[in-house]
Amino acid sequence: MSAHLAVRGLRAYYGQTRALHGLDLDLAEGGITALLGANGAGKTTVLRAICGMIRSEGEILLDGKAIGGIAVEDVVRLGVAHVPEGRGTFVRLTVEENLGLGAMIRRDRAEVARDIERVYAHFPLLKERRRQQAGTLSGGEQQMLAVGRALMLRPRVMLLDEPSFGLAPRMVAEVFEILKAVNRSDRVSVLLVEQNATLALAFADRAYLIETGRIVMSGSTAEIGADENVRRAYLGY
Amino acid sequence: MAAREDIAEVAAPRVGGLTFPAWQRLLTVGVLIVGLAIPLFVRNFTVFQLTLVMIYAIAILGLNLLTGINGQFSLGHSAFYAIGAYTTAILMDRFGVPYALTLPVAGVICLIAGFLFGLPALRLEGLYLALATFALAVATPQLLKLSLFERWTGGVQGIVIVKPDPPFGLPLSQDQWLYYFTLAVLVVMFAAAARLISSRTGRALKAIRDNPLAAKAMGIDTALYKSLAFGVSALYTGVAGALGAIVIQFVAPDSFTFFLAVSFLVGMVVGGVGSIPGALIGGAFIMFVPNLAEQVSKGLAWAVYGVILILVIYVMPTGAAGFVRLVAGRVARVVSSNR
Amino acid sequence: MELFLHQLLAGIATGGIYACMALAVVMIYQSIDHFNFAQGEMAMFSTYIAWQLLAWGWPYWGAFAATVALSFIGGVVIERTLFKPIRNAPVLSHIVVFIAMFSILNSVAGFTWEYTIKSFPSPFPSEPLFGNRLISAHDLGMIGITVVLLVLLYVLFRHTRLGLAMRAAAANPESARLVGIRVGWMVALGWGLAAAIGAIAGMMIAPIVFLEPNMMLGILLYGLAGAVVGGLTSPVGAVIGGFAVGIVENLAGTFIPVIGKELKLTIALVLIVAVLMIKPSGLFGRTAVSRV
Ligand SMILES: Nc1ncnc2c1ncn2[C@@H]1O[C@H](COP(=O)(O)OP(=O)(O)OP(=O)(O)O)[C@@H](O)[C@H]1O
Ligand SMILES: [Mg+2]
Repeated sequence: MSAHLAVRGLRAYYGQTRALHGLDLDLAEGGITALLGANGAGKTTVLRAICGMIRSEGEILLDGKAIGGIAVEDVVRLGVAHVPEGRGTFVRLTVEENLGLGAMIRRDRAEVARDIERVYAHFPLLKERRRQQAGTLSGGEQQMLAVGRALMLRPRVMLLDEPSFGLAPRMVAEVFEILKAVNRSDRVSVLLVEQNATLALAFADRAYLIETGRIVMSGSTAEIGADENVRRAYLGY
Repeated sequence: MAAREDIAEVAAPRVGGLTFPAWQRLLTVGVLIVGLAIPLFVRNFTVFQLTLVMIYAIAILGLNLLTGINGQFSLGHSAFYAIGAYTTAILMDRFGVPYALTLPVAGVICLIAGFLFGLPALRLEGLYLALATFALAVATPQLLKLSLFERWTGGVQGIVIVKPDPPFGLPLSQDQWLYYFTLAVLVVMFAAAARLISSRTGRALKAIRDNPLAAKAMGIDTALYKSLAFGVSALYTGVAGALGAIVIQFVAPDSFTFFLAVSFLVGMVVGGVGSIPGALIGGAFIMFVPNLAEQVSKGLAWAVYGVILILVIYVMPTGAAGFVRLVAGRVARVVSSNR
Repeated sequence: MELFLHQLLAGIATGGIYACMALAVVMIYQSIDHFNFAQGEMAMFSTYIAWQLLAWGWPYWGAFAATVALSFIGGVVIERTLFKPIRNAPVLSHIVVFIAMFSILNSVAGFTWEYTIKSFPSPFPSEPLFGNRLISAHDLGMIGITVVLLVLLYVLFRHTRLGLAMRAAAANPESARLVGIRVGWMVALGWGLAAAIGAIAGMMIAPIVFLEPNMMLGILLYGLAGAVVGGLTSPVGAVIGGFAVGIVENLAGTFIPVIGKELKLTIALVLIVAVLMIKPSGLFGRTAVSRV
């Protein structure tokens, strides 16, 4: 399987400070890859750098084409959806407008309308609140909205920054089910950042471990999950 | 707005064997010596202009204490400047109070006025506060013109006051004397501002600026501190107004329009928001650049001024102080990496 | 009673001016999230362009359309050239650039067209409508145009994808980029629209207050008062606020003896502050979380 998204020697900066120090990463076509690490390790930064939100150096290849240095909005147009840390809700707009924005770059109106219904089918709670200002949703509901908004793009690559954040355990399971279904049916490649390592390892097929801006381990989730250090540091047993 | 930490506080890189604060102190002493010497070598009119620069600097510093340190906006500081100026003028003209004694009175009155204005302003933030203060600035000249107060304010005509002579038979011209007098006031007020900023109160004010909710949660009485910031800020600007009245020997409603408040804002931004020495640069800017623009083109003076202003913001988006900090940081890094 | 009615109608008429300006203020506020001090000067400058075209013998509506188009382009160009380079500078630096624009436009207009007062034609008939003497045809026409503008804007913002994208870009630029919206262009478009609306406001106002470089100063202030009273996030609120300010100004000026003409402006401002005290986000504005 060829790499759908490949990252080589990625260095990323906040102002003058470097947060990533040369980092390699491969996202298999139609695969689910987890990115694990402690708080402040640089997981969010990786996602931001990939979609051009912050200044970075090194190579970022999507389908073999370099996308480093391209503006965020153009990366999105290549089919990269990002569920950002903090959810990125448009608080003053309605739930439905938020979803509509997810499909902003699409022209196929009929299909978009159908996709909105599909998201509502996934998250019936959102349908109930469709005319409500999104800022009035609870944290968990906003997280669902963020995932829904990303799905509206019909993405080819999804970058998910802690999609389970703030969700009740049952909802977490559901969101991951949905993501898995989309991953299978649309062959979306997923890069998942997750605090809950157990969950991530169960869900993904490959994983990377990041520490202070460097990849320190990578492999199949089975290998990573079996590693003594990982178990102690991230899985807690 | 987060990256406003003094580089000097974070790390103390040495340049030419001295730390950043040491350089600052050296520079301060140097500027002070030059400041003391200048009036002896230039024309009286230049002395007068430099006095005004210092006065504007005090006013800008006042605004800076509010905006830079406490994060509140004001487009209405011309009102406090006016209150200070009129207090002095009325005290001198109608009650024969010596000019030096009018300064504390003007300061206290402005402190109270600022505090009182700050109380309702507590409910307002950002743009809304800017608008409310803007309203204050626009209303001020109109209120001063009101026939109701004409007995004291002199209405549209304003008040002419007498220029004070140097005391103790000092061999100075009136302008030179007022220069030194203003310089003394400036040094005291700048030093006090520096003390205030690094005090507990100053830290509370900054905490409110950076995160009002967290500050509240930490037990800071945000309402009190924000009103206080308004009061102290008004005090500074009011004292500047009082000095301005003495030096210009004249107050009239139309000297205190919204335009003056805008000038203070421009001076603050050009000098550097939150910077004490920046206030002097800002004062010099609003004193000299309009004249400069007029020399470039009489008919289009204000257009030239606008263009200069835009260029300044392009070159130094965070004002002169931010620019100096940036350059100093670069120099320090280059120096330390060459070692 | 006769006097009251007359002043009320006069208030509505001047209120129409303020409503027009308030609408422009809210527009730019919605698209750049702060207030443009130079807005009035941009409107004044546009009006001079119209005046110049008319002086060259253009027909009224031709000059009108050309002015609106030129102003739109001008607004876009100003954003792209002046503000794009300092996108990341602090808000206060932006405000200083507004101030700079203010003095440039004012000075250039004065230099080019001189500071003498010029009259500006109205497109509406000069004889009173339906024989009433209380409100002139121009006032009515102006109010009509304001309402039409409002409806157009409403449709744009609430019912088109472009409008949705513009609102999203203003409210949350970072997220807007993440869904592929070209935020920079949305902001530029907002500037263009605001400039175009300002131009229309200017051309409607100029027949009443006459054309001169400082014509907009007071009006912008009243428009701002209207926008704030109505709520900076609500175009409808801004228009209602504009009318309210006009009415209050006229009635207070007539019926409260100490106020008289000089203090009318102060009254408008006291009104702003009073409304802000009670409802910090204006009468019709909404705070971040409340359903409308
Ligand atoms: N906007 C920013 N400006 C400056 N530094 C930042 C910024 N965002 C993150 N950093 C720094 O970059 C490093 C990596 O942060 P990042 O947000 O990528 O961590 P993370 O792995 O996502 O952590 P968490 O699990 O807590 O979300 C941290 O040291 C952080 O302090
Ligand atoms: Mg993170």
